[in-house]
Amino acid sequence: MNSQKNLYMSRLRGVFSLLVFIGIWECSVRFGWVPFKVYFPPFSQVALDIKEMLFENLLIQSYKSSLVRVLFGFIIGATSGIALGVWMGWSEKVYDFLKPIVSILYPIPALGWLPLLMLLIGINEVLPVVIIFICSFFPIVYNTVTGIQEVKKEYINAAKLLGAGDFTILRKIVIPQALPYIFIGLKLESGAAWRTVVAAEMIAIPTGIGALMMRAENLMRIDIILVCLIVLSLMCLIFEGFFSYLERKMTAKWN
Amino acid sequence: MASIRLENITNYSCKCVNLEIKDGQMMVVVGQTGAGKTTLLNIISGLVSYEGSVYFDEECMDSISPRYRDVGYLFQSFALFPNLTVRENIAFGLEVRHMRQEDIAKRVNELTSMLAIEHIVDRYPKGLSGGEKQRVAFARTLAPKPKILLLDEPFSSLDPRTASVLRSEIRSLQKRLHITTIFVTHNQKEAFDLADSVAVVDNGTIAQVGKPLEMLFYPKTPSVHYLLGSPTILKCDEVVVLDFGLAKVLSGSLSLIVAHEGGFFNKLAILSNEIRLSKYPIESAIPNKFKARVSDVKFQKTIAHISLEIQGTTLMAELSMVNWEQLRVDIEDEIFIAIPFSAIKIS
Repeated sequence: MNSQKNLYMSRLRGVFSLLVFIGIWECSVRFGWVPFKVYFPPFSQVALDIKEMLFENLLIQSYKSSLVRVLFGFIIGATSGIALGVWMGWSEKVYDFLKPIVSILYPIPALGWLPLLMLLIGINEVLPVVIIFICSFFPIVYNTVTGIQEVKKEYINAAKLLGAGDFTILRKIVIPQALPYIFIGLKLESGAAWRTVVAAEMIAIPTGIGALMMRAENLMRIDIILVCLIVLSLMCLIFEGFFSYLERKMTAKWN
Repeated sequence: MASIRLENITNYSCKCVNLEIKDGQMMVVVGQTGAGKTTLLNIISGLVSYEGSVYFDEECMDSISPRYRDVGYLFQSFALFPNLTVRENIAFGLEVRHMRQEDIAKRVNELTSMLAIEHIVDRYPKGLSGGEKQRVAFARTLAPKPKILLLDEPFSSLDPRTASVLRSEIRSLQKRLHITTIFVTHNQKEAFDLADSVAVVDNGTIAQVGKPLEMLFYPKTPSVHYLLGSPTILKCDEVVVLDFGLAKVLSGSLSLIVAHEGGFFNKLAILSNEIRLSKYPIESAIPNKFKARVSDVKFQKTIAHISLEIQGTTLMAELSMVNWEQLRVDIEDEIFIAIPFSAIKIS
């Protein structure tokens, strides 16, 4: 009962802080407190713009392009990252063989690959998908390897002595126990995928939310830029929230 | 069930170990931390590599994977799978053998009722007490009906009362199921309570193997003497059998009341780490209370070995350094001691 009350209070404080932020934004524009040389719209104007842009289909089209890229790139990156991470975490030989390669490639930011990929792939729909794949693949490999290796050797030995083979041990004992680590990777990288796709669209791809923001910058439409930023923030939150929910569903009972 | 034979076992921790445990017996392996006790269990179960041979009955197990050795292993930390419920933990070894669901349910019910854990079958390990975890781990180990049982200090993380209850439960189950068992511990009390035979491991070798009392009264090395509680051996000059399973023993000028289940005896072993010491008179109902003089104290690692003079007889007592310092007693000081029944073994 007490913990429920605490949760309720914590959420209430969160909503309150958001309202304060919006209030300050609205007031500072309405009372002329902002020092910007260009027109900076109040929150109420941005809210109206969102409604308008939804009707105009402009935002929806750009959003759809970015969403498809993120979904394709992230799903491919996450599934292959988890698969390779499990293999590396489970087999010492595979780990020894692949660790140097992963260690070299992991620190390179996804956008660092952009010039090279533009030359190799060209500017088409595959480019952002590959960028997001790279963005999500390496960190998820890293987290999955850590999760698998963190499972206590005693559990594996106990399962072995109870008669289980490698596949059963992985499926029933090791992967479920590595889930908290895997979900950390998924949560962080699902947000990172959105940030990366927008950056890539700003630089190299003529469609999507990032491209829309660049066009708005040319037209000095701060309101559109703000709408896109809010959509981007919401998408990061929704994706991270989805994985948090999934994690709770799968691990909260025992973790 | 099966007998176990180890022949010239050597690895990073064991040196040329030869050991034999008869079918259905419980052997308690005693040794200090790092002596190689757990390694010995890991060798028998096939979890670590070794040179030499392990036989179950007359079958050599060296090339057989742990998965197929048919060994039940109760880990010191219990190693309950945290992501599975109690029921799923117990059923794990049966499911991997592709048993029918009805048979699995039947076996799980049988074990949970035998170990009185029916009420927690749907809970996860994180919500269980130490004693409950121990019971669940034991049920899981027994579920596939292994022919050999290996227990690695299963009571070390439990409070003394729970440990004592579970100790007697495990012993009666082991006898009932007639399962060959190796029980590893550093607690000599467990050795006397449980063992058909005792093996003392010292520095990776077997220092001595034998019956518990035989080892107590006739230790072959100082390490065996020390690991079995550094007992003071006294000769009985006169024994008077009393009622209620007791006997009065005179040894020199010392008179002691001991537990006696019948039979002849002429020697006493008083376990030094079970003697209770106090600066003030002991008021509890423990028999055998004396006033003694501290004649000498020697320190070894974290243990104080105290020589006590009682009516012309010297007894050895052991205390941890912390407890000894708290006693605030010096050499030549007077001290009050009590020797409980559990501290006296007869032969």
